[in-house]
Amino acid sequence: MIVVDWLQRLGRNALFFLQRLGRATVFLLQVLAGIPTIIMQPRLLLWELYSVGVLSLAIIGISGLAVGMVLGLQMYTTLVDFGAAQSLGPVVALSLVRELGPVLTALLYSGRAGSALTAEIGLMKATDQLSVMEMMAVDPLCRVVAPRFLAGVVSVPLLAAIFSAVGILGAYFVGVGLLGVDAGAFWSQMQAKVDLHADVYNGLIKSAVFGLVATWIAVFEGYDAVPTTEGVSRATTRTVVHTAFAILGLDFVLTALMFGGI
Amino acid sequence: MDNNTKNTGQVDTLVQMRGLRFAYGSRVIIDGMDIDIPRGKVTTIMGPSGTGKTTLLRLIGGQWRPQAGSVHVDGQNVHTVNRRELYRLRKRMGMLFQSGALFTHLSVFENVAFPLREHTRLPEQVIHHLVLMKLQAVGLRGARDLMPTELSGGMARRVALARAIALDPMMIMYDEPFTGQDPITVGVIMQLIRLLNDSLGITSIIVSHDVQEVSAISDKIYMISQGKVVGHGTPHDLGRSPSDWVRQFMNGLPDGPVPFQYPAPGYLDDLFGIA
Ligand SMILES: Nc1ncnc2c1ncn2[C@@H]1O[C@H](COP(=O)(O)OP(=O)(O)O)[C@@H](O)[C@H]1O
Ligand SMILES: [Mg+2]
Repeated sequence: MIVVDWLQRLGRNALFFLQRLGRATVFLLQVLAGIPTIIMQPRLLLWELYSVGVLSLAIIGISGLAVGMVLGLQMYTTLVDFGAAQSLGPVVALSLVRELGPVLTALLYSGRAGSALTAEIGLMKATDQLSVMEMMAVDPLCRVVAPRFLAGVVSVPLLAAIFSAVGILGAYFVGVGLLGVDAGAFWSQMQAKVDLHADVYNGLIKSAVFGLVATWIAVFEGYDAVPTTEGVSRATTRTVVHTAFAILGLDFVLTALMFGGI
Repeated sequence: MDNNTKNTGQVDTLVQMRGLRFAYGSRVIIDGMDIDIPRGKVTTIMGPSGTGKTTLLRLIGGQWRPQAGSVHVDGQNVHTVNRRELYRLRKRMGMLFQSGALFTHLSVFENVAFPLREHTRLPEQVIHHLVLMKLQAVGLRGARDLMPTELSGGMARRVALARAIALDPMMIMYDEPFTGQDPITVGVIMQLIRLLNDSLGITSIIVSHDVQEVSAISDKIYMISQGKVVGHGTPHDLGRSPSDWVRQFMNGLPDGPVPFQYPAPGYLDDLFGIA
């Protein structure tokens, strides 16, 4: 009996998940259809780029710096045992560009901007602002969702690049400035070992995928929220949790495809 | 007008609903309604809370799709026209939401300007004049720079009304315009509805449960209950209706054909738990 119950619940949840995924996909296609209109009206897009991207700069910069400094310190203590302290540059750069930059940026972005997108769109729905637009013959998917979506997708790779760059500076500061690694070795080794295609481009592709997924989840949760106070608060939580799972899962898949030789 | 005659056979009907049926999931809200909204008049659809009045307005606006039946607005079937046609039709329908639904990130001026900016390419100077004219019509020209959070409930509704008439629609749907307003605001709104209706020739559809106000300004009233039309006519006709239900509603009696009790098992069974 318990097993049957359990199976039933599993089946129901799976069906619910698939149904939601289907709705989210249709939603994504509708939003994508609205993007040409938004590109013609850059005023809306610029505003969203500001609120989604520019306002995330502080948290991305500070986190990048902190992560870079800690990374420099940790790597140095390990490398110095093997007499390889000059490799600090490439080790730090590769970790940041390939892995930490894209992943941490996406997670921070989801907490800083994704949750805000969900709450904003959800509240607009709960207060009938989306309905009133529809009744004015203005498509909210195009007017409200598409610029936010595009702004998120554009911002995340740029934020990830900034995160990695600031992180490398942080490691430089700790490694070269405090621990006495040779500055010339730090940069020249980094230049020699970090490949533009294999590392930088792949990192950018990763963060572009993460940005798309994180923003897609955020705007869909807002648009699909139950239009009540409780519904919006749940949707906001779901955005952060689902984004974390999706990013971490996708990171493994993408890493395996790009660097794992699978 | 020609179009209208051809499709509905009734020259003076702006909105025509036939056999309308709508359910949320398995819960039937509207169960076979026939309603005619005459052009240029004030028509009220009246019924208790939760009977589906807001739902009915959303059906007229084409936001939701009925399971059966049809809604024609100005001769066009709202649910079979394509999206472009529907949007064109919606530009000619104003709707005043119960909450006002002002855009909270825009000032009063920008709220009223919103539909003009979205749908026209008018120069800024013209938009400025038009917005001030609409705000003047609702008496809030002086409030143009306020943000929605700084407005009282009654003012917010008037701003929303100014926004709803920004594109000079042929009709306006008012969702419970009087509910929760102080007596002065109610008077102001009643006067505005009548004024817009008579001076601009806008057809008005009001959805409400405020018997007094509605009787005073409506040309025609439809009473709905449990998904059906239970009576219609002029306010005068309905006041002397033979129907018990209509009398109960018009006179605000607590018990009658509409029971005081929500359907429940027997009181004794419930108390003593004989299940
Ligand atoms: N989106 C929805 N999903 C499910 N049920 C709804 C929804 N909107 C309204 N209802 C239900 O439909 C009934 C009619 O709602 P509504 O049209 O808002 O009534 P009214 O405006 O007459 O008070 C209510 O009982 C309400 O609970
Ligand atoms: Mg209602």
